[in-house]
Amino acid sequence: MSEGVLHAGAGHAVQHADYLEEPRGLWSWLTTVDHKRIGLMYMWSVLFFFLVGGIFALLIRLELLTPRQTVMDAETYNRVFTLHGAIMTFLVIIPAIPAALGNFALPLLIGARDVAFPRLNLASLYIYWTGAAMAVATLALGGVDTGWTFYTPYSTTTGGGVSLMVLAAFVLGFSSIFTGVNFIATIHKLRAPGMGWFEMPLFAWGMYATAIIQILATPVLGITLLLIVMERVLGVGIFDPQLGGDPVLFQHFFWFYSHPAVYIMILPAMAVISEVIPTFSKKTIFGYKAIAFSSVAIALLGFLVWAHHMFVAGMSLFAGAIFSFLTFFIAVPSAIKVFNWIATMWRGSIALEAPMLHAISFLLIFTIGGLTGLFLAALSTDVHLHDTYFVVAHFHYVMAGSNLIALLAGMHYWWPKMFGRMYNRRLAAIASAIIFVGFNLTFLPQFVLGSRGMPRRYFNYLPQFQDLHVVSTVGSWVLAAGLFLTAAYLLASFRQPKGMPANPWGGRTLEWETPSPPTTHNFEGQPVLQHGPYDYRPEPAPVGVKEMAH
Amino acid sequence: MNWFRDFLLPRGASTLVGETDGLFLFITLLTVFFFFFNGALILYAVKRWRRRSEKEVTPHITHDTRLELVWSLIPLVVVMLIFFWGFRGYVKAWVAPNESMEIIVTGKKWVWEFEYPDGTRTLNDLHVPVNQPVKLVLTAEDVIHSFYIPEFRLKRDAIPGRYTELWFTATKPGIYQVFCAEYCGKGHSDMLARIFVDTPEQYETFLREGDEQVRKMPLKELGRLVWENKGCATCHSLDGTRGQGPSWKGIWGHKQRGADGKEYQVDADYIRQSILAPQAVVVEGYQPIMPTYQGLLREREILGVIEFIKDLQ
Repeated sequence: MSEGVLHAGAGHAVQHADYLEEPRGLWSWLTTVDHKRIGLMYMWSVLFFFLVGGIFALLIRLELLTPRQTVMDAETYNRVFTLHGAIMTFLVIIPAIPAALGNFALPLLIGARDVAFPRLNLASLYIYWTGAAMAVATLALGGVDTGWTFYTPYSTTTGGGVSLMVLAAFVLGFSSIFTGVNFIATIHKLRAPGMGWFEMPLFAWGMYATAIIQILATPVLGITLLLIVMERVLGVGIFDPQLGGDPVLFQHFFWFYSHPAVYIMILPAMAVISEVIPTFSKKTIFGYKAIAFSSVAIALLGFLVWAHHMFVAGMSLFAGAIFSFLTFFIAVPSAIKVFNWIATMWRGSIALEAPMLHAISFLLIFTIGGLTGLFLAALSTDVHLHDTYFVVAHFHYVMAGSNLIALLAGMHYWWPKMFGRMYNRRLAAIASAIIFVGFNLTFLPQFVLGSRGMPRRYFNYLPQFQDLHVVSTVGSWVLAAGLFLTAAYLLASFRQPKGMPANPWGGRTLEWETPSPPTTHNFEGQPVLQHGPYDYRPEPAPVGVKEMAH
Repeated sequence: MNWFRDFLLPRGASTLVGETDGLFLFITLLTVFFFFFNGALILYAVKRWRRRSEKEVTPHITHDTRLELVWSLIPLVVVMLIFFWGFRGYVKAWVAPNESMEIIVTGKKWVWEFEYPDGTRTLNDLHVPVNQPVKLVLTAEDVIHSFYIPEFRLKRDAIPGRYTELWFTATKPGIYQVFCAEYCGKGHSDMLARIFVDTPEQYETFLREGDEQVRKMPLKELGRLVWENKGCATCHSLDGTRGQGPSWKGIWGHKQRGADGKEYQVDADYIRQSILAPQAVVVEGYQPIMPTYQGLLREREILGVIEFIKDLQ
């Protein structure tokens, strides 16, 4: 096998300790500007809130076991599903892959020493913690019962800690913007010599597309959320018709951010999958440019479709038609990607390690998640399905299923790189199967619930819906069991010695050229790219001549 | 195919159902097909090309323009077809026929109020004649609600400060469930209404004399029905649990302390006043949030509530 990287300072005279060990102490972690450490701290924070949001999810499912009150009253239930949604959206899914895995992996993948603005990077983490603390503090103010979408005039007239929660989301937006700015600058300026735009790993393309949305859309959400606070605190009438405002205007503003935000959630997931599948198929990615451009296409088209959340909210017929029409175009780049990934596996040498198993789960779950989007993009079927469990199932397939399973794929993929340790691979394979089964058992019945007419955010429901709710609740327990098993063997991996080689999976991107775990400065000297990111041909390209992967 | 449709969708009972269900089933089959198609490809690839040795060499295939065009253009054509199909159904559901009967629907926490062309008003029970186009003009008093009739495949938001419209022609006499589909707070999931699709004769009788069932029901039972269907249940429990309003259990004949500090005897007049002018006496410790039922309950229904409460000892 070839060495893909020339080490400019080729001598290994000075052995540096890895980034986990040096410098030592809590203070050194809290003041670090190392992208890897910041990525890890993001990862632990995200996982913590995933646990919290997950416990809320289990409570929701438990309550829905019976048609009437099961374990909590209606007001508590409303607060629980609001917190579940707000935590999972703002504290888990949006930062999960870009801020945690992206921070760790992106500079390594493009052969950089760090991100372009390391201090800004640390600032984004502190802003995230501040926003998270504010979100949690709303509990002390009686919680929030608006749903994570904060629809007006409900959100401007109800009690509780809505203003604080909205400000928390506002603050969290800055953490997202900082990460986006950083990634765009990093990708533009810090690629290794020889790495043109089309020699970048596709993960970088995914991060780039995500960053565009983070920077352009998040400010709109920020302004909208401030308007809510203005209305609640100062009584300025913007959304509340009692004060002369327009409640539907809020929905336009909100979805102008929050629909692109859906792609903030899915593009990074696609980015991870584009790394995992070639490595475990030992084969170059099929259709590199198609995947790269479809990421950017999804990011840009994502700005033009927000009002498809409002087909029954009294928009004009013409507006409805335009937004429906544009929405369908998102389906095309999504389909292209799925077929490209499957084609990558074709004639490959497929190793069914845990990251690959999760990637395969992703392909199947994303297929369902993507295709069920067609029901909601089409005007007539959306009228029936809007605000039912069908929508709940659809966005959980895309946001929870696809995003979080891609997060698991990425964590399992880079775990040996992060910590130099390997988890129990057999247990990991079993857990991925349990998660796949549990996820589908939880959410597949919800499609049928929705098409049969069960509205979402219901505390009580008609007895005819109970059977499917019971299946879904049991599914949530299976899913939880799979996730707890995952947590257990990942934590147990810390009892293993640090003995992972630089490249345990046989990957061809640059992060595998540096030791596991890497030293603080990632590479010894400046790596120079010598072959494309997914070039698995046995004969190395002659030294000094770069090869394109396509 | 019928069993499949009946498994996924509630029975259809309006003229719009055929169009929507056709598209629904088409996309369902498409989803099922592609799930199994992709699944089969993945399964085949994994079985056929499972790694057996670390030394395996794979072909260097970077792309295939023809293949990529195929899997870009086919989805494009299919989604455009779905767009037009969905648009056609939406337009049909948009434009109400001129001869439609118009009913004003007001959503408020947490009841639906209906006003008929002749001035009749009802709560949570909407009577419409079969095979007659009906246009609902929707609005809301407090927050956004959404009027959803699964069996008609119809839904439209009721928004405070503006009017939205929805029309249908019901095709089968019967009783159909209406849900509130836009989250509106504590009583959201209890904000249920029913549509009674009547034969023309039944509908005439309804306008003249009110609901037949209700006319013949013993007062006490009628009281319970009012409690269940007219929004009382959302705030007033029967078992002593504290809700948005006081429980009805055991209040008959006892004294309630008002927010003004005075004591009030709970008797027939007190209950009647609480229903028609709820702000006159607000029980201490509760918010003055109950809407008036003036004009929304028939005299017999008020008597029913009084008898019902009398019985809740």
